[in-house]
Amino acid sequence: MNVTASSLFQLDVLILAWVALGGAGLILRRSTVAITHLLFPLSALLSLLMAWVAFQSLTNTPEVLVLPLGLPDLPLHQRLDSLSAFFMLLLGVASVGVTLFSSGYFRSMAANVLSLLMLEYHLFLAGMALVLLADDAYMFMVAWEVMALSSYFLVTTEHEKPDIRKAGFLYLLIAHVGAIAILLSFGVMQGGHGIGAYTFDAMRAAELTPYWASVAFLLALFGFGAKAGVLPMHMWLPEAHPAAPSPVSALMSGVMLKTAIYGILRVSFDLLHTQQWWWGVVALTLGLLTAVFGVMFAAVQADMKRLLAYSSIENIGILLVGIGLALIFHVYGKDALAALALTATLYHSLNHACFKSLLFIGTGSILHATGERNMGRMGGLIHHMPWVSVLLLIGALAIAGIPPFNGFVSEWLLLQAFLLSPGLPNSYINMLVPVAAAGIALAAALAAYVMVKFYGVIFLGQPREKILHHAHDAGWPERAGMVWLAGLCIVLGVAPVFVVSQIDHVTQLLVSTSLGNAASDWMFLAPIDTDRASYSPLYFLLAVLGVMGLTVLLVRRLYHGRVRRGAAWDCGFPAQTARMQDTAEGFGQPIRRIFEPFFKMQTHLPTPFDTHPKYEAHTEDRLWYLLYLPVQQLTEKLSGWVSVLQHGRIHLYLTYTFATLVVLLLFV
Amino acid sequence: MMSAPEITLAIVFQITQLLLVVLAAPLLMGWVNQCQAWLQNRSGAGVLQPYRVLHKLFHKDAVMAHNASWLFGITPYIVFGCMWLAAAIIPIIAVDLPFSQAADVIALVGVFALARIFIALAAMDIGTSFGTLGARREMLVSFLAEPALLMVLFTASMISHSTQLPRIVEALAHHQFVIYPSLAFAGLAFIIVLLAENARIPVDNPSTHLELTMIHEAMILEYSARHLALIEWASSLKLFAYLSIGIALFMPHGIAEVGNWDGLPLALLWLLLKLMLAGAALAILESVMAKMRIFRAPEFLGAAFLLAVLGLLIHFLLGV
Amino acid sequence: MPNAMPYSLQIINLLAALLLLVVFAMLAQRRILSLINLFAWQGALLALSTAIVAWSTAQHHLYYSAALTLVLKVMVLPWLLHRLIRRLNVRWDVETLINIPTTMLVGIALVIFSFNLAAPISQLAEGITRGLIGIALACVLLSLLIMLTRRKAVTQVVAFLSLENSLFFAATSATQGMPLVVEFGIALDVLVATFIFGIFFFQIRETFDSLDITHMEKLKE
Repeated sequence: MNVTASSLFQLDVLILAWVALGGAGLILRRSTVAITHLLFPLSALLSLLMAWVAFQSLTNTPEVLVLPLGLPDLPLHQRLDSLSAFFMLLLGVASVGVTLFSSGYFRSMAANVLSLLMLEYHLFLAGMALVLLADDAYMFMVAWEVMALSSYFLVTTEHEKPDIRKAGFLYLLIAHVGAIAILLSFGVMQGGHGIGAYTFDAMRAAELTPYWASVAFLLALFGFGAKAGVLPMHMWLPEAHPAAPSPVSALMSGVMLKTAIYGILRVSFDLLHTQQWWWGVVALTLGLLTAVFGVMFAAVQADMKRLLAYSSIENIGILLVGIGLALIFHVYGKDALAALALTATLYHSLNHACFKSLLFIGTGSILHATGERNMGRMGGLIHHMPWVSVLLLIGALAIAGIPPFNGFVSEWLLLQAFLLSPGLPNSYINMLVPVAAAGIALAAALAAYVMVKFYGVIFLGQPREKILHHAHDAGWPERAGMVWLAGLCIVLGVAPVFVVSQIDHVTQLLVSTSLGNAASDWMFLAPIDTDRASYSPLYFLLAVLGVMGLTVLLVRRLYHGRVRRGAAWDCGFPAQTARMQDTAEGFGQPIRRIFEPFFKMQTHLPTPFDTHPKYEAHTEDRLWYLLYLPVQQLTEKLSGWVSVLQHGRIHLYLTYTFATLVVLLLFV
Repeated sequence: MMSAPEITLAIVFQITQLLLVVLAAPLLMGWVNQCQAWLQNRSGAGVLQPYRVLHKLFHKDAVMAHNASWLFGITPYIVFGCMWLAAAIIPIIAVDLPFSQAADVIALVGVFALARIFIALAAMDIGTSFGTLGARREMLVSFLAEPALLMVLFTASMISHSTQLPRIVEALAHHQFVIYPSLAFAGLAFIIVLLAENARIPVDNPSTHLELTMIHEAMILEYSARHLALIEWASSLKLFAYLSIGIALFMPHGIAEVGNWDGLPLALLWLLLKLMLAGAALAILESVMAKMRIFRAPEFLGAAFLLAVLGLLIHFLLGV
Repeated sequence: MPNAMPYSLQIINLLAALLLLVVFAMLAQRRILSLINLFAWQGALLALSTAIVAWSTAQHHLYYSAALTLVLKVMVLPWLLHRLIRRLNVRWDVETLINIPTTMLVGIALVIFSFNLAAPISQLAEGITRGLIGIALACVLLSLLIMLTRRKAVTQVVAFLSLENSLFFAATSATQGMPLVVEFGIALDVLVATFIFGIFFFQIRETFDSLDITHMEKLKE
């Protein structure tokens, strides 16, 4: 086959073009206009092309390519199968919106900072793309590190602030702890066959005992989990996301977390063959804890980007639940159900990439307009930012899992997978399943709470600060980016049958079964059997609109009164001010109270005689004190002991070297 | 596949139910209120009172706050549309409603969620203290009630091996009489959810405007005239929908098969009887209970959630 | 399929589920009076299930034990307990050591645990649905949980009695009854125990001015 005609080659060219755009940004470091008006739109075009090529290659047989790069005798291997293609598609469609948005968002940035950001941004994109295409551990780790480092620099764009430096450091630390675990996992999987055996093909062929396969799985789960923000390695997410510029947060949350999901899927379904049933239980439990934990913390946040970061933790938890369920089904030979759970997981990945990117770039627009991240100082923005408010409403409804938007479809599929699950041979798992379904339902309902809070406190009500009256709507490129993503949220919501038919190629690869569609009608999504369940978002949408239209029509005909504008009624209370509305903390108060044992809270109540009363409540994560600080103290203590060796005298150091040499010689 | 006349009949059934629910829902509300009045030794306003209220509201001039946005204006229509749709897809007179294929029980819960989110957002739109208070409390109640409802429906789905309402009702109504212990748990949980979601007594009090107790009323304080009428109508549709779910899950007997014209009058009679019973039971239940403190409500609903989960577990454990 | 099951067994299954429901209601209950009423309901369910077992297996001595249950556990013991709390004037709310939703979560875990524990035993037994022993075991453990999480001595006695009920249910429905003599013995024991507990309460209150058992920590040297 002609190499240049292959999709893999085309993708490589596009990735190279990305890097070249980044380099061009460095060259054009004097002109903000050139970067934002020319390079970013070009980059968005590249993303679109990439999404198109990836979409085309979903159906292709796997393509491989050996790049004549890298160390001698250690060429880089690449492979494009439907799993990589699916995640490339995800990367492409999400980055189209985010990059378009960036082209408007960064217009006020100083040119020298922007040019560096341009390079890092595109290295980040290229890194993620190469992670998805890698077919050997060496290339995978290099791309993984490019992704981690470039995103670290992006997070610390405003490095003059100490908080941001701290957040960046935490992120880098956890990312590298995770990377070590991934590397070790690859080491275990290649089974000790020498340096040539680090290709994924060799790992697929390696015969691992169940024991070592489990070790590899757990290491991979830990390593990728650290990147994805799975409990208890989630700590970096709520720190790094608010610190980064909004488009970067959007990419990190929408796409980068998905590369970790990709990694878990790749390792547990493709590279390893001898899955154990308890892997699924571990993933399911961990995912459930992560989901409930994430959404609980999201409900009590006041910073809008922290709230979204915690919501990402929740969604990662849901994805992990899907993977766990798929593993359990796969081990017990129920591959049709495994395909259903995997379809739900992949669908949700794509959905989350769309709505979370949308919400994050939306917060960027709000940040630009108000200069404020604390939701408690906003309010009433729906009057000043009509575009952003409508588009973010779509995003918020989608993430809350409301029909007919896309979040609902993936949750529907996941719940169906739970409902179809009875009949597993292990009775403990049989009972875990309904409990887990309840947990998912609880997390989904809390997500609605979180989104009402997010949208209501920011956009609705009266403006809580004077400055908000001067808030301006987003510019055209920003709008275009947001419209793209919001449009995807709707399209993915109303055309699930088409999306599922595309995902079928991926599940075919992973569990050799595809979901298909049991319904004869293309309007109906019906996994397994039409009698069991079916959902038709299009009919649903039409019915809602039809009923609503009928109502509007009837009311117009029957109603003869006028509509006047007047002061708000509020039970006749005249001295109404904007400060009487719930702040973000106020809205989250019930959750704080109900789930009190999970939070570490400090509240400050004013005395009754205080003339300027101020109520304060800080909510912190207990895990920081229970897990992270002890580890840090231990590390400090250990390094204190090691520092005993340090004296600064060169003779002593030479003695150490000499002693080591003698000891080593003795052993040899 | 169904033949053409069957489809026509099914569509006729669907439209019949669509019209029936929207016209009968205020009557049900009136019946519940009247039963309550009798229980409290009052003469009551009569079962037709909700219609008079709606008539009055539809003939008034509406007032909207100065800073009300478009969201505030469209919310009554969305809420009304959702509730109408929800009440129309629950099989109560005949099993095979064509639209039930498009939305199963999970989508039904989704419809309720859609309406709820919009009404909570609209409550926050004006930016009054009562509005946000109501929205916060509504979301507080619903984040426990919604999963509980989902678990109740799942228990029924597990029994009937389907999430489609017609299949569930068919499995529960048309087979040999079987006792399902899991449904006992689900039933209790469902009653709690019904009370909470319809702003009924132990959780909310529909008849006061007192800050300490309001949830639903606090959210709709700013609405007037036709908007208020639509929301009130939607509330009665919601009650109708919930009672219909209860009837469909726990006393589905006597429902008509698809295409069974002759069965229709009898099925309607059965339905009327069941709704009257359910409404009276609701009134009794409300009269014997006291309103609870708002922070007891999560515990109450948490119990419902756990009961529903337990019901699902029992289904797994006993195998029925 | 459940359809193949005889009605008597189905009803016993339902009663077992209701029994579990009552125990959960007791777990979630804050008021002593309601707790006692729930206990009476539990007794009624037990009597009914015993009677049905008696009817379906045609063992006449089980009718006697059903009647005994009805008299003792639905009438006498609740009446005694009501009298007791009236005398002691302890109508206050039950104070729990752990909050109620958490207790119920623990309860659900216990249910799962006991069902898995009972699964091998139920396979040995014949002629019964396999869930009954699991439910009985779950009720026993939940009653113990109530004893663990409540502060007041009266509540603990009710929990103890409910534990006895659960054991009784296991005996009648799962193994289809014990000899009548044993049942009489147990019934007598329970009655006497309740009296003794009553006397103890008065003593405890005289000593500590309260029925809160946490005060007993003072007895430690």
